[in-house]
Amino acid sequence: MNKLVNSIREAIVLSGLKDGMTVSFHHHLRNGDYVLNMVMEEISNLGIKDLTVNASSLFDVHTPLITHIENNVVTGVGADYISANLGRAFSKGILARPIEFRTHGGRPSDIASGKTPIDVAFIAAPTADAMGNCSGKYGKSACGSLGYAYADAMFAKKTVVITDNLVPYPMQDWSISEDYIDYVVSVDAIGDPKGIVSGTTRITRDPVGLVMASHAAKVIEASGLLKDGFSFQTGAGGASLAAAKFLKDIMLQKGIVGSFGLGGITGYMVDMLKAGCFRNLMDVQCFDLTAVESIKSDPRHKEISAMQYASPNSKSAAVDSLDVVILGATEIDTDFNVNVHTDSNGYIMGGSGGHSDTAAGSKLSMIIAPMFRARLPIVTDRVTCISTPGKDIDVLVTQGGIAVNPKNKELKERLLKAKLPIIDISELKEKTEQITGKPQTLPKGDKVVAEVIGREGDVLDRIYNVL
Amino acid sequence: MNIKKCASAGTMESSDVYVEIKPCDDGIKIELESVVEKQFGEQIKKAVTDVLDETGIENADVRIVDRGALECVIRARVETAVLRGREEI
Repeated sequence: MNKLVNSIREAIVLSGLKDGMTVSFHHHLRNGDYVLNMVMEEISNLGIKDLTVNASSLFDVHTPLITHIENNVVTGVGADYISANLGRAFSKGILARPIEFRTHGGRPSDIASGKTPIDVAFIAAPTADAMGNCSGKYGKSACGSLGYAYADAMFAKKTVVITDNLVPYPMQDWSISEDYIDYVVSVDAIGDPKGIVSGTTRITRDPVGLVMASHAAKVIEASGLLKDGFSFQTGAGGASLAAAKFLKDIMLQKGIVGSFGLGGITGYMVDMLKAGCFRNLMDVQCFDLTAVESIKSDPRHKEISAMQYASPNSKSAAVDSLDVVILGATEIDTDFNVNVHTDSNGYIMGGSGGHSDTAAGSKLSMIIAPMFRARLPIVTDRVTCISTPGKDIDVLVTQGGIAVNPKNKELKERLLKAKLPIIDISELKEKTEQITGKPQTLPKGDKVVAEVIGREGDVLDRIYNVL
Repeated sequence: MNIKKCASAGTMESSDVYVEIKPCDDGIKIELESVVEKQFGEQIKKAVTDVLDETGIENADVRIVDRGALECVIRARVETAVLRGREEI
């Protein structure tokens, strides 16, 4: 049996890809990814039209997709996250059908259930053998975890592995196994290492960020959840990392040993593992070189699939065992609904990723955000787009006070007892507008450019074109 | 009182504003570019006009490049540009 074919073009032809079908991609190579563009160019050259692209995320490196949309090669897009430059183009309404935004848990759930079937999945693999066993941990384009690609590999009708490090069969320590793979292609490069993993993100030195981070750590300490077995997820932003640093200090001082750190993993979470703050890391995506090195060499640092990470229809998912998550927001409204999809002008510049999944699963979901950014207040009457419903958010931490969702009475009492600066979210909004002035609300366009699909499959909100 | 020479104040940093002021003969002209123009455009123009009124400027060509500055910052930058344009500082 020979799965190794000579070119991406040959793999596409053999896969039987035809007009109107769905192709899928995963985003572990992030803004360094070459694979989506290489594949879509060959598909375009073959004259195939009217495809749906189901990608776990799209980055600015994928801007050639715009041309394929203009040429009707691509007429549908699904993603969990779309970065700002590409998002701006989509916000102009270049697609006839709305983009379908899902969460990192909702996407694999819908792939597994057959709601969004994939005809051909393309898996960017930093190392593979000729039968398709593959891993992200090794090779010049190493990205660490391949978590988002598992559902694509397991449920697509045809699966193509594209690698730039073909090794003799069987490769050691594969992640995705050959029984799911139809074809293997060897290419010169699947990505640009500079765009795949970043250097270590530095902890913020901004005094506002440090105040927020210190509040965030104190909220966690006062929540009653910070004890042996504690589990935690945080983002890669400067203030979230600073919060993790303050939390680490508290955990080491009190001798607390947590169970696991979850999510997209940064070097900072690896430091916490090494310092003994956690027994394990559960990793769906590595953000930096330190994380890639750790997942390769430390058995406590375990790769997980997006299904195990966050799917609402898995028999269980790690988010269901999560104590605390720290999340960001571009806006949050007085009902605690959070926007991470658009900026305040309404342009697409992000997406849920695991935001809604971890907010829903965790015992304490915390938003950390400044009162305003470049004069735009964070707290609004109604967010431009509901990415995560307010019922799943427990607390907002800003430099101007901590607002607790009224549904979580126990948390409010605990924080008051700890003498933390509690403020009602409507008062926080007024306090902010006294500094910034009250912004004018913007009119929406009349064309729906994207639908935001919640992790349970309900349409949470619609994003309109920007006038 | 009028502007004697071209002057500027502020920076292009986020949350700051860059103000340029030039002499002219036919009233006040304000050119505004702002990252929050849709949300705060009118309020920014009013703040600029107010400072020009308060400093008694009747003729000036003003260019504002706003990166999301608070109103107090805008007022301070415009006032500084005016004082520099009058060669008072």
